[in-house]
Amino acid sequence: MTEFFRNRFPDAVIEQGNQYLTIKTDAAAMHPIAAVLKSDKELQFDYLFNLTGIDWSDRFSVVYHLESTVFGHEVVLKADILNRENPSVATVSDLWRTAEFHEREVYDLLGIEFVNHPDLRRLFLEDGAGFPLRKDFKDEINLIER
Amino acid sequence: MNADAMKEVELNEIIASKEDGKYIINIGPQHPSTHGVLRFVVSLKGETLEYLIPHCGYIHRGIEKMCENLTYPQIIHLTDRMDYLSAHMNNEAVSLCVENALGIEVPERVKVIRTILSELQRIASHQLWWAAFGMDIGGLTCFFYGLRDREKVLDIFEESFGSRLLHSFICPGGLMQDIHPSFQKRVKEFISYFRKKLPEYDQLLTGNVIFEQRTKGLGILTKAEAIDYGVTGPSGRASGFSCDIRKKHPYSAYDRVEFREILANEGDTYSRYKVRIEEMWESMNIIEQLIDQIPEGSFTAPMKAIIKLPEGEYTQRVETARGELAVYLVSTGDKNPYRMRFRTPNFSNLFVMNHLAAGAKIADLIAISGSLDLVIPDIDR
Repeated sequence: MTEFFRNRFPDAVIEQGNQYLTIKTDAAAMHPIAAVLKSDKELQFDYLFNLTGIDWSDRFSVVYHLESTVFGHEVVLKADILNRENPSVATVSDLWRTAEFHEREVYDLLGIEFVNHPDLRRLFLEDGAGFPLRKDFKDEINLIER
Repeated sequence: MNADAMKEVELNEIIASKEDGKYIINIGPQHPSTHGVLRFVVSLKGETLEYLIPHCGYIHRGIEKMCENLTYPQIIHLTDRMDYLSAHMNNEAVSLCVENALGIEVPERVKVIRTILSELQRIASHQLWWAAFGMDIGGLTCFFYGLRDREKVLDIFEESFGSRLLHSFICPGGLMQDIHPSFQKRVKEFISYFRKKLPEYDQLLTGNVIFEQRTKGLGILTKAEAIDYGVTGPSGRASGFSCDIRKKHPYSAYDRVEFREILANEGDTYSRYKVRIEEMWESMNIIEQLIDQIPEGSFTAPMKAIIKLPEGEYTQRVETARGELAVYLVSTGDKNPYRMRFRTPNFSNLFVMNHLAAGAKIADLIAISGSLDLVIPDIDR
């Protein structure tokens, strides 16, 4: 399986994680890979079961957990965003509809912009109080640090 | 956009919409049929619903952020408060994730007890759903029947671990304490009691003509759409989406019990209802297979006082009463997680509402949202 992905995506870094095969790429190259994962006849990753944004202090990552309901195999796709000032990555809501709402949540809590997203509004924090899941987020009143 | 600007836009929409005979109204955040604080902004033309926008965040507590400052045994207590009707399954998800990361094998006794508790919790959750769903669409009797039987499950919980709703009983390594000596007897009594009572649910609601007319053919979700929107649990299975994690990736003792994955093909409100009723029967079957097979032994694996996970990322998926809960944990080797992500079932299930309700009548909105069985704190976290 690792070899298969290496041949398919020569520019991405393919690793076997402790649970899932992981495809690492940078943000600009993410969407074409995601489109292949979704539509390829041998892959058919049609079910996005998790979408996570992570702040690594020097960069952001967006992690996509994918499963194929046809074949039952799983894969993890990771997109690294190096630009901390204006983080942005292409949306995958055109491939998996559920991503539209997960991306809104990531935008709300981490401030990552999803390019071409149909409805990128805040989801939980409609009053707009910064991006709390960022590691440098400060709220002296409500946040207790240990 | 800030809150004032948002209000202004909505006000303008209302003024504009009055002119072409449309109304924009708010349902919630305190509407009883939403079972929590959730607001729908709906656009109506006459009685027909044109579109629906869910507004959530009224009960957002930032659980994912709080987890970054807490130790793993402490996080267990927060997971109860996401989907409070699936407290055991939520506890189990984090516990399994931590145990996987540490490479700990829990005793057989723990695995069997966890499975029994999860299934009891599923029955209790579906009972409350049935009660509330029946009441929402006009059958008040359902509420009394459902809560009467749910009380029996909660009594078992209370006797064994002192809490009725937020248990925090399953913890990394095993269980908080051993089960009560009369647990097996009480569970068996409940199963034989509920086997007689569950047919009453069918008599009261399932075959009722008014009920069938209000639910059949309403809010249809196809299998492809269910996968696309990530609708899981009974709501997804009613559309034929085979998404039961207990079957796909068995955990605890699910690999040694026989049970059917309940699937339906219609994908309408009525089939979502039928799937949940059938699941209660299957849960009882699972419990009966296990209740006499609880092995002797310790109720917890030996654990260190301070749990530090090795560096890496760990994923655990479990089936709660409402669908798939995925826990994604990123550790940097510390005693608290670097990032904790909960993919909660209700979050994905909520956002299919617009698709299901558009074109339906306003009264049908209650039936559709009831059939999705939303728990709001699970959406907001």
